[in-house]
Amino acid sequence: MAQHKINYLSEAGLPVALTTVDKLVQWGRSNSLWPMTYGLACCAIEMMATGASRYDFDRFGTIFRASPRQSDVLIIAGTLTKKHSPFMRRLYDQMTEPKWVISMGSCANTGGMFNTYATVQGADRIIPVDIYLPGCAPRPETLQYALMLLQKKVRKEKASRKLKPKRLV
Amino acid sequence: MRAYQNKKNVQKKPYYTDRFWVAPQIPKEDVSSDEIFAKDLEALKENFDIKEAYIQRGQLVVYIGANENVEVITFLKNQLDYNFLNELSAIDWLEKSGEFEIFYQLLSTTKLKRIRIKFFIKQKEEIRTVSTIYKSADWGEREMYDMFGVIITGHHYMKRILMPEDWHDHPLKKSYPLHGDEEASWYEIDKIFGKDYRAVIGPENRDSSRVDENDTYNFARIHHEVPFGDKPSKEIVHTDYQEEGGVFLVKSLKKADSKILKERP
Amino acid sequence: MQKVNRLQPFFENLVFERDDDTMIINFGPQHPSSHGQLRLILELDGEKVTKATPDVGYLHRGMEKMAENMIYNEFLPTTDRMDYIAATSNNYGFAHAVEELIGLEVPRRAQTIRMMLLELNRIISHLFWLATHALDVGAMTIFLYAFREREYAMDLMEDYCGARLTHSSVRIGGVPLDLPENWITKLSKFIDKLPSDIADYEGLLDQNRIWKMRLEGVGVITPEMAQSWGCSGPSLRGSGIAWDIRKEEPYELYDEVDFDVPISTTCDSYGRYKLHMEEMRQSIKIIRQVIGMYYKTDPQIMAHAPNYISAPKEQIMTQNYSLMQHFVLVTQGMRPPVGEVYVPTESPKGELGFYINSQGGAYPYRLKLRAPSFWHTSILQELLPGHYLADVVTIIGNLNIVFGEIDR
Repeated sequence: MAQHKINYLSEAGLPVALTTVDKLVQWGRSNSLWPMTYGLACCAIEMMATGASRYDFDRFGTIFRASPRQSDVLIIAGTLTKKHSPFMRRLYDQMTEPKWVISMGSCANTGGMFNTYATVQGADRIIPVDIYLPGCAPRPETLQYALMLLQKKVRKEKASRKLKPKRLV
Repeated sequence: MRAYQNKKNVQKKPYYTDRFWVAPQIPKEDVSSDEIFAKDLEALKENFDIKEAYIQRGQLVVYIGANENVEVITFLKNQLDYNFLNELSAIDWLEKSGEFEIFYQLLSTTKLKRIRIKFFIKQKEEIRTVSTIYKSADWGEREMYDMFGVIITGHHYMKRILMPEDWHDHPLKKSYPLHGDEEASWYEIDKIFGKDYRAVIGPENRDSSRVDENDTYNFARIHHEVPFGDKPSKEIVHTDYQEEGGVFLVKSLKKADSKILKERP
Repeated sequence: MQKVNRLQPFFENLVFERDDDTMIINFGPQHPSSHGQLRLILELDGEKVTKATPDVGYLHRGMEKMAENMIYNEFLPTTDRMDYIAATSNNYGFAHAVEELIGLEVPRRAQTIRMMLLELNRIISHLFWLATHALDVGAMTIFLYAFREREYAMDLMEDYCGARLTHSSVRIGGVPLDLPENWITKLSKFIDKLPSDIADYEGLLDQNRIWKMRLEGVGVITPEMAQSWGCSGPSLRGSGIAWDIRKEEPYELYDEVDFDVPISTTCDSYGRYKLHMEEMRQSIKIIRQVIGMYYKTDPQIMAHAPNYISAPKEQIMTQNYSLMQHFVLVTQGMRPPVGEVYVPTESPKGELGFYINSQGGAYPYRLKLRAPSFWHTSILQELLPGHYLADVVTIIGNLNIVFGEIDR
């Protein structure tokens, strides 16, 4: 086939893809969401299982980081108690923008079965939450799916999004 | 005529109790039925004032005087070889008699026996620490103070252990509500945002079955997604975890290609 | 954006600037190797810990208060969330305590099923312990391997009760279901394979120079210390005291099976590591024997006690009186006799005791959970001083503490 007959703009032509800056940046962000190792209770065990050999979280580009300053996603895995709540707010504040929050499990969503004096009735009283996972404890597949939905959400956002005033603070 | 009963909270009662109901009791056996316990009790009786003693479900229960707790526990450890203090806590009888019942659960690994030492104290009465004898009492007593407000003298670090330092009241008292008092319900808001923010964030939702389906500001229900703030719709929108055209360099799942294994390899 | 944030650093008036060489560091409550929400305030002299003050309660969820406001059957799923790594052992501890309270005999088949589940949970728990402990010390490979094997065991649990983590697979009076088809075959396959996996872990760790350097002579709990601080389970046996409640005060059918109680006389972390590995082997041995016993039992899996336990489902659907009983038991709950019991069981972590004080009502008047980890955490005050800062992580990981049951 003669060289000039190739349509350079179609597939298998030139290795060129046209896109916008927003899309490119958010594509990059969505594929390297680094969650923080923030295990509070039972759900943390499932979070670890998600990161371990069978479920292999790394293939989504998620690598657990131990420091809030290096992480993009806060997975609230477990019961948030009133004694702990100031610490969570501090950790959230220490994370750099852009940041997202996954509330994993019933306890973090609403207080769950622990409808007592000591638990915060929903982590969204303290920090804004992006995705709520149902379950007690949610299976690793649920967490994976939540992460994929979060990736989709990230891809939709603008790279230099004007920070919307969130409900809390 | 039958005596009048207040029927105000009748729905809240957990159980219908007929007039002739007599609750069965777990039998309290005589201490002489067990040789080792009989010997131990005799030794205790020689030295201390024992109020009551019986065996229930294979464990000896001994009631002593509140001011003798340290001596009795020391005696049990040193003379009678009860080498473990497994558990200690209080029971709230304030409504009935204005008292706390304190129990210590001890174990002897050489005799294979468990013994429970109990006594009553008045609400404001202080008791002496046994953490000098068994170190395990260190945290047990702190927990007892935290949960019931029983004050222990001679303890090296008498502070709250489970609840925060600035917590109001002692949660395991029967007078404390399960869902917490006013202080408790605003604790995290006051601590993090300040009291002014109570109105912004609003009261806690303690009804775990409450779902506000019409709230599209805070939630986007999966498969029923509408733009932020729009009216909720019942239509099912099938959304995939990826956009229609796929994502650059990221593989997307083709359901037709997926295999289901019958058994784990 | 965060102008309104009023968070003040909260260090309990600790003085951080000091004239001498000591330094105070705050460890936790969120730390990847604190196994939950442990907060330690460490005073350091150079790199040596001189004083440690553990601070717990960051996961206090008010379980004891909940128990006082629930009927007995309602509380059972809550016990799952205590020691969430081995949920069945908590279910069993509670169910066993209530059975003791009402004086109930459990059918033999239920006992065998319970024992299989308990030992399977012990294996799950020990594998998890090994994985996280090794990860803390720096052996990532073990983490991946041990989680792989753990997943097989989790699949078995899932096959039986439908849940991976929160099982509720033991009920008061028996077990809810008989074993599913082929379950025993899968279980045998798993336990046949496990010894070679344990050998693999040992091959990777036993003579590993880093592993030995970080564990040997670290976290020495002398027998006197262990007794005084109320240690139990592997922590006690790691101090050379052969005390296993399964052996000494046998419950279920533990008196009919043959197993050894491994002890370690070195009292250090390395000894406890060897102990955990040996305990897994003993669990396998127990399961093997129980499988044989299972086939010789009658099919009844729930105790017959109409006052306390609902009848089997078929009977409820066909017999009017059973339906009435079931209705009362579900809506109003059973009413055990007046009295109190303290029932200890050997959970993977140690002595798990339930003290129940019943006043003849549908709710327990007082329920005290004696969780082994609570007492194992208190020992940190005495154990940590004298060690290097790097050993703190080893010791915390080695003691096998779980915060669900410490704070309850």
